[in-house]
Amino acid sequence: MSIWEYANPVKFMRTSGAILPFAVAGAAACTLGGLLWGFLTPEDYKQGSTVKIVFLHVPAAMMAINIWVMMLVTSLIWLVRRHHVSALAAKAAAPIGAVMTLIALATGAIWGQPMWGTWWEWDPRLTSFLILLLFYIGYMALWAAVEDPDSAADLTSVLCLVGSVFALLSRYAVLFWNQGLHQGASLSVAPGERMSAVYRYPLYLTMAGFFLLFLALLLIRTRTEIRRRRLAALQAREMRT
Amino acid sequence: MSLLAVHDLAVARGGLRTVEGVSFTLAAGEALILRGPNGIGKTTLLRTVAGLQPPVAGRIEMAEDAITYAAHADGLKGALSVAENLRFWAQVFGGGGIGDALQAMDLGALADRPAAALSAGQKRRLGLARLLVTGRPLWVLDEPTVSLDAVSVARFAAVVRAHLAGGGAALMATHIDLGLDEARVLDLMPYRAQPGKAARPAGFNEAFA
Amino acid sequence: MLSLLKRDLALATRAGGGFGLGVAFFLILCALVPFGVGPETGALRPIAPGILWLGALLSCLLSLDRIFALDHEDGSLDLLATSPLPLEGAVAVKALAHWISTGLPLIAAAPLFGILLHLPAAATPWLVASLLLGTPALSVLGAFGAAITVGLRRGGLLLSLLVLPLYIPTLIFGTEAIRRGQEGGDPATPMLFLAGITAGVVALVPFAAAAALRVNLR
Repeated sequence: MSIWEYANPVKFMRTSGAILPFAVAGAAACTLGGLLWGFLTPEDYKQGSTVKIVFLHVPAAMMAINIWVMMLVTSLIWLVRRHHVSALAAKAAAPIGAVMTLIALATGAIWGQPMWGTWWEWDPRLTSFLILLLFYIGYMALWAAVEDPDSAADLTSVLCLVGSVFALLSRYAVLFWNQGLHQGASLSVAPGERMSAVYRYPLYLTMAGFFLLFLALLLIRTRTEIRRRRLAALQAREMRT
Repeated sequence: MSLLAVHDLAVARGGLRTVEGVSFTLAAGEALILRGPNGIGKTTLLRTVAGLQPPVAGRIEMAEDAITYAAHADGLKGALSVAENLRFWAQVFGGGGIGDALQAMDLGALADRPAAALSAGQKRRLGLARLLVTGRPLWVLDEPTVSLDAVSVARFAAVVRAHLAGGGAALMATHIDLGLDEARVLDLMPYRAQPGKAARPAGFNEAFA
Repeated sequence: MLSLLKRDLALATRAGGGFGLGVAFFLILCALVPFGVGPETGALRPIAPGILWLGALLSCLLSLDRIFALDHEDGSLDLLATSPLPLEGAVAVKALAHWISTGLPLIAAAPLFGILLHLPAAATPWLVASLLLGTPALSVLGAFGAAITVGLRRGGLLLSLLVLPLYIPTLIFGTEAIRRGQEGGDPATPMLFLAGITAGVVALVPFAAAAALRVNLR
């Protein structure tokens, strides 16, 4: 069974409808379970209690990037194979990605505040996420601005392609930009830092939870988009007769 | 020798098919006039033939580098003079003088006037003069005689006749009788795409209907 | 293609072309900054490279929607698309015309405005060099944004939103080059990156811009 079969809207609606309840249940279970487990774990005396925000920050940051990659892949699929569901999936994913980025930024700032003494630092990682947020906003704004759906899908796909290259380029430019100001990455909220094993498993659980949350929201939003297109098509036909 | 052959062409506008199953050929020296009520898709069809949008179905076969397109918007730059406008297009399409074109559309006296100062009819004549400087055989024209008075329409018809005699061809949509008796007429009504539930998908939204 | 370049330059410089507006905006911006941050040399000198680059960048942005919008409105874009000129070439030439008519005057004016912002004299050659290397990328990326938004109402604001994030790498390396140059450090790295970004953008982005134009002409 080829994955391309799901490009058929009817089949997509049927399959996504079947998966959705499990995705929602799984998302709720993993996310809440992971968060509860993590927050109730006794504090590591070295890192204090604020490090527990990592259970929100790391999954959100991971999803923020993964969702953009997913948008890039679905945009390419649209451009090459003209699968309409693919284009709508990209459109549906963007706001989810933007919110994930916002969560990552907010939790990153909250995590850093005790360390830095301010609510924001132009740390390379946070700055890169801020730039990613700008790309998300631009992408969503373009979808909203163009009326013809074929043109909107094509233009946003091209924007996603060019934006991906520049998001990557900006990552390294920002690293270069901030290296000169602060020696080393001492202010980085890098999630790869040594984390005690007791936090690791709750973290994996919340990461799985956020992924399932994204999946559930994506399926709901894509299904809504498909229904919206059906409605538009019916209305257009009404006008012609 | 056929300059243009269209097979079973279907075009869409706003996500719905307008006409389908259109077929015709155009050889050197022939002219074809498209007729049909407003909204049937004459402009869309001409734009598709010109290459500005892809057809929904069907095939277009055209000789290489044969086509030149002229529509309602003349593409004139007001800040440039008449001669400068024409010279630009002559250079883009591969050289050639503009004198004959100016002469043919009676623009000689206006050659150095800025294009912004022309009347609507004069601007339209300049737009048609542009066709002559492109030196291309296949003319695709969308309502070419809008804003022209009777004298200018007759002048334009003479220009088209000369073009056909010289081995060119013309495909145009026009309501006005140009007096080109040798031109065939293609009425698009029989090719109208069936509206309503039977309308076949053509646009993004239609893929979900 | 040369004829397209000459035509666009002629249109830019004649009446109604808006020639000189970019430099005027640049001047106003540089004049406004001291009112915002205070007139002390100590306050202006460190931010001078950044303000000058930002000013050049924003002034470039102003004239970008004119690249394609006017041609789209009067039908020239349709005619260019059906002409022997490849659309990618037309995009590149229009971006070049934009750079010549907007970017070059900004580069020429920048040293003068640097004086207003207390830019050290040692930094001026680096200012000009970094702008020369970086502004072509601004024009081409701007053409990409203009191609995407041509034909949209209120396209100007959306154009800025789409294009400004793309300008960030050029801005970073451009200002860093000036800073290193004026401190006597080694500006080779940022200058090389700047050149690399511009080269890549000029070579590849016209294809994306032409694709966007074709979508909008449909």
